[in-house]
Amino acid sequence: MAVNLATLRSNVELALAGRVAAPFSYRDRHAVETVSTGIAGIDLLAGGLPRGALTEIFGPACSGRTTLLFSALAARTAHAEACALIDGCDAFDPHSAEAAGVELKQLLWVRCRNIEQTLRATDLLLQGGGFGFIALDLGDMRADVLRHVPLESWFRFRRAVEDTPTVLMVLEPESNAKTCASLVLRMEVEPARWSTTLTRETHAPNFLRYPSSWLLESFGIRAELLRSRMQPIATNGFQKPFASAGRSELFETNVLRSFLSVARMEPTPK
Amino acid sequence: MAFASIHVPNFPVQAVVRAEPSLRNQAVALVDGIPPIWNVVAANETALLAGIELGMAKSQAAQFHAVEIRNRSRVQEKSTHAALLDLGASVSPRMEDTAPDTIILDISGLASLFGNNENISAQLVQRASALGLLVHVAVSSNLEVSLHAARGFSGITVIPPGEEAKCLSKLSACALLPSAEILETLERWGVRDCAALAALPVLQLSERLGQEGVRLHELARGACLRSLVLAQPGVRFEEEMTLDFAVDELEPLSFLLGRLLDQLCARLEARALAACAISTHFDLEDSFEKDFQVHSENVPPKLAPKTYEKVLNLPVPTRNSKMLLKLLRLQLQADPPHAAIVKIILSAEPARPRAAQGGLFLPSSPDPEKLELTIGRLANLVGYANVGSPELIDTHRPGDFRMSRFVPASDQSTIPQKNATAVAHGSRETPLTAFRVFRPEIQTKVELHQNYPTRIYFRGMRGNIIAASGPWRTSGDWWREDIWQQDEWDVEIRFDSVSGQSQKISSPRTQDGLYRIYYDSLRAAWFARGRYD
Repeated sequence: MAVNLATLRSNVELALAGRVAAPFSYRDRHAVETVSTGIAGIDLLAGGLPRGALTEIFGPACSGRTTLLFSALAARTAHAEACALIDGCDAFDPHSAEAAGVELKQLLWVRCRNIEQTLRATDLLLQGGGFGFIALDLGDMRADVLRHVPLESWFRFRRAVEDTPTVLMVLEPESNAKTCASLVLRMEVEPARWSTTLTRETHAPNFLRYPSSWLLESFGIRAELLRSRMQPIATNGFQKPFASAGRSELFETNVLRSFLSVARMEPTPK
Repeated sequence: MAFASIHVPNFPVQAVVRAEPSLRNQAVALVDGIPPIWNVVAANETALLAGIELGMAKSQAAQFHAVEIRNRSRVQEKSTHAALLDLGASVSPRMEDTAPDTIILDISGLASLFGNNENISAQLVQRASALGLLVHVAVSSNLEVSLHAARGFSGITVIPPGEEAKCLSKLSACALLPSAEILETLERWGVRDCAALAALPVLQLSERLGQEGVRLHELARGACLRSLVLAQPGVRFEEEMTLDFAVDELEPLSFLLGRLLDQLCARLEARALAACAISTHFDLEDSFEKDFQVHSENVPPKLAPKTYEKVLNLPVPTRNSKMLLKLLRLQLQADPPHAAIVKIILSAEPARPRAAQGGLFLPSSPDPEKLELTIGRLANLVGYANVGSPELIDTHRPGDFRMSRFVPASDQSTIPQKNATAVAHGSRETPLTAFRVFRPEIQTKVELHQNYPTRIYFRGMRGNIIAASGPWRTSGDWWREDIWQQDEWDVEIRFDSVSGQSQKISSPRTQDGLYRIYYDSLRAAWFARGRYD
């Protein structure tokens, strides 16, 4: 039996010679350095954003994907890292990003018109190298267009970013990168919080009755960790048990329900 | 004191060969004149051995198939002279611009840098070779002796002090450049070299040939003394090429640009400088006749410009000719000239080369040269206006910004710490809500109730506004044509109707959520500006 196993093993090794270096040796998942997302709750959930890996953030509109992107950009640019945003839908708002703390001089913004340009621009930036953070914003693209992105594109991105200090983040309405993503977060919409200046006696839940007294104050986001291939290492101050690869776990804790303050520029009420 | 003279033999031929290095090992003859009379004015040794003679007609020279015939190029001679000055400046700041093909350097005190005079001469020959020139170098303590030795002897000649007359004795009297009349007299006397000239009695020579004769006698003895007339090398780095045939394709043009860039970069390197900008100037083929045929008689023909000019600004000074060529190619691909090119002028703006000190703990940053290439490729893909760093403009106009050049800082201390608290703690509890913009803005229809929006229609969708906040009235730039006046609202929309056709065209832009809409008072219309996300 032992002889058979040894023969079988040598046959397999011979067949894979030149393609796989050591098919039977245990390849330990090397520990990945992570960086902060800029949001404490999501750092606690996911352990931060992995360097040298693809992170996929997906969810419907108004689910906080862009808020997470701006927070991560603010954190990276504050550390003088060169960042790039490939804007597939030309939806980036520099005013909002600047208010969120993004240092715009550290950000290379590539405004694309279609998915082909977006993928090509991503290839060029990944090949150029040297960026600490590259974000690919496909958030406003139609889901059917994104579904037609060939899987080899995602594999190519993953291979290009491997063994580099670059964080590659992709924002989408649906998950498309499949197994190429090392970290997958699903964002969900939570109700917005409106405040009113009406007194308790005059307060009515009907917006139409007292329309002028309402003010958008904040809204919530909920993030769910769907996949994480990272090994926990002590870095950047957060060491939490991560979800193991392949498992989907739903996190619905108060930590994740971070209500976001709405920033407005110079309101001039009527 | 020690002087080194650098002489470029057969200067017109070398100037042409420098621009066309493939001619280096071939027989080359240069023709010049007023058409149709073209005569051979210069030829290299190989061409002379093949039978070419100076003064020969072009048609006669064309009979020699092994000889490459080119037009004499004064533009190339000018560039080669500038390169020769750069060569001198790379070794010594004290330099005399004696002639287009000759310069003299004061090399006193350079022993600690380059070694003895032989080493300095070898360095000069090596650097000249890097610039595409084959030179003769002569070193002497006497300026005139070094000059005539460089013109008369090939290779490197180092003349020890006191042996000037002995060294010059073998030199032909013609090398002293006497006037034609005196040269004829000397030949009649049988005086052919400097030794014979130096042996003549100076008083009798003066009586027969005047002051010119005395000067020649001093030169032949190596006793003529004069001081160096200092010259400043120019700070203009320009290379020019006039084409025999117009070029209208990028590939052959790249080949020519590569040659010129190599020459420019070699000159910059000789001066320990780099280029911070490259200006490209093309003279285009005259297309007047074609344009004239296209336009009708009533409309006066609008001629296209006959020149093409572009400036390639670099974020960091560089003299990497290959990288510069790639950037120029990308620039030309994005905006090609409208006609074939007949003349190319490339000029570099000199700057000190980049000196950077790396650090173990500095964040990763793209290599500036590689980054420029990447940005060039991206600009070629999406357009130059769509790549860069966003920069906010000092205005209240909603959404106004401009794109600027992306030059990332690698040092954290240069980043203004506007979110110092967040940086210190790595993350923040309540980040600010991000906003996504619709470009272009989407025109909508809005139903009002008591002047407040209650229902909205856009992109084939209909929705109820379940909450709204506003209006925030803004206006500005009333003194300009593009005045703006808007009432902004934050609205929460719940879309309720999706018809069959609408469902097909519904996009992620029409989903329930928080939007920012505004009423444009000047256009009297509602628009959706974007969405909170």
